[in-house]
Amino acid sequence: MDARTGSSIVDQAVRLHVQDLIAHYVDVIDQDRLEEWPDLFAETCRYLITSAESYDEGLPHGVIYADSRGMLRDRVSALREANIYEAQRYRHLVGPIWVEADSETTVRARSHFLVLRIMHTGDTMVFASGVYRDRIDISRSPYRFIERVVVTDSHKFDTLLAIPL
Amino acid sequence: MAKADQTGSPVSWPSGGVTRVPFRLYSDADQYALEHERIFKGPTWSYLCLAVEVPKAGDFLVTSVGETPVVVARTQTGELHAFVNRCAHRGALLCLKRRGNTDGITCVYHGWSYDLAGNLTGVAFERGVKRQGGMPADFSRSDHNLRKLRLTEFCGLLFGSFDADAVDFESYLGAEIAARIRRVCKGPMKVLGRTTQLLPNNWKLYFENVKDSYHASILHLFFTTFEINRLNQKGGIIVDDSGGHHVSYSIMDRAVDNADYKREALRSSKDYGLEDTSVVDGVDEFGDGIMMQILTVFPGFVLQQHLNSIAMRQLLPCGIDRSELVWTILGFADDDAAMTERRLKQANLVGPAGYISMEDGAVGGFVQRAVRGVEEDSGLLMMGGSEARSQEFRATEASVRGFWKKYRALMDA
Repeated sequence: MDARTGSSIVDQAVRLHVQDLIAHYVDVIDQDRLEEWPDLFAETCRYLITSAESYDEGLPHGVIYADSRGMLRDRVSALREANIYEAQRYRHLVGPIWVEADSETTVRARSHFLVLRIMHTGDTMVFASGVYRDRIDISRSPYRFIERVVVTDSHKFDTLLAIPL
Repeated sequence: MAKADQTGSPVSWPSGGVTRVPFRLYSDADQYALEHERIFKGPTWSYLCLAVEVPKAGDFLVTSVGETPVVVARTQTGELHAFVNRCAHRGALLCLKRRGNTDGITCVYHGWSYDLAGNLTGVAFERGVKRQGGMPADFSRSDHNLRKLRLTEFCGLLFGSFDADAVDFESYLGAEIAARIRRVCKGPMKVLGRTTQLLPNNWKLYFENVKDSYHASILHLFFTTFEINRLNQKGGIIVDDSGGHHVSYSIMDRAVDNADYKREALRSSKDYGLEDTSVVDGVDEFGDGIMMQILTVFPGFVLQQHLNSIAMRQLLPCGIDRSELVWTILGFADDDAAMTERRLKQANLVGPAGYISMEDGAVGGFVQRAVRGVEEDSGLLMMGGSEARSQEFRATEASVRGFWKKYRALMDA
């Protein structure tokens, strides 16, 4: 579907709700409210971090891959209780959001992101950039991600990827 | 600056053994330069890529040996070749893409062209223009081929060596290590994904880390936190005679089947436990009960099997205090959908975001930052003795000592 046509036929109210969901997503991560992060996904969902190179080649592996909200909660509890990493946080900058019709109960959305990583030492770096490719359940309020594929522009990650993108 | 000791190595060692490792080895520029000479260009074999990554005639792939850019290419007749990605004329990079398919390689700078075996096939304006200029009459193309590496294929893995005197690859590995590679690489492989981790440390700190069976249950708390009881299993380490290669493995107790593990993972006295245990839901695909096998080949290759998560890791030095870890996540061509899904889920355990490996991306940097500018002091490697031998337990640093044994044999020569 042509992106411009697709975007224009999605109801304004739907687009505002999609925007809210995406804004909420970056807020819970950047404000370190990770416990709320899984709630933005449907119970059965797909969350994948891949690179543009792998995505274009059709490779299925993700640096992080979850297909249930339970797996997302496990990711958060591992970060809180098990994994060891230096204190750090992210600042997400998300560009304009394309919303496209998908089905009666779902829409697709695409948005560009830039993530800065701020270490406890004060060192700040561009950690990742890329595209969120979403499928969103609009049948209930609040909207939830059925699928969020995080396609990073680069296949390289500095040191480690602890906090989700 | 410390003077080179009698061995010729820029950094001197406090003793002839390998239980005390000078910190300057991680930060000395002369040492780093010499490592390229004696290790990466020396009588060693470096991992290049998988044969399945260059499957068709004309396929090429750019990789590295140490910091040297290397091309692996398959000719029209199906032969594999490896050569330095550097024009014989003025030294420009030849292949500017990571992968592709081509009839031949032409340098963008002055148009010198090469076949996929690395032979010089054409020189632009070789006879000059309008009878003026051109190469001298005694110029012979065959004197100016690309710098070629020896290449060997073993179980679908391609390794290269700059040194004509390096022993053949299987002798280099030794029988035990070769058998442990064959065990995992049991059939045609399939690439599931790729990712690269930038490590803020000298390459040796990562290679030591991956050989270090002592730290595993201390730094990586995922299994213990979630009370997944895999730590008191039987296991051990194998170190080859040279010391440079190793295997660390653990065997699952067959009395405890996977359903029990699942229950164990779910059961929780502290309200920990996983909600979704599919990430640790492995099957015994090799039929020997070994659920974890980490294998290294000196100087920078890792073959990993964690449950059903299989990956190749290629360690590349990028300056004294930087390195890259190139991950290739794998399955087998005959995997069914359920097996692929299992591998993809278990891949959460490893890689830059791996539950049981993310710490390894940072811990080398902790050492690198702490040893900056240090002229004195050495690290200690006394756990499990002073030898670099195979042992039937993992509370040992024998494999790390093995690394230094091989390292010193090459560097102190």
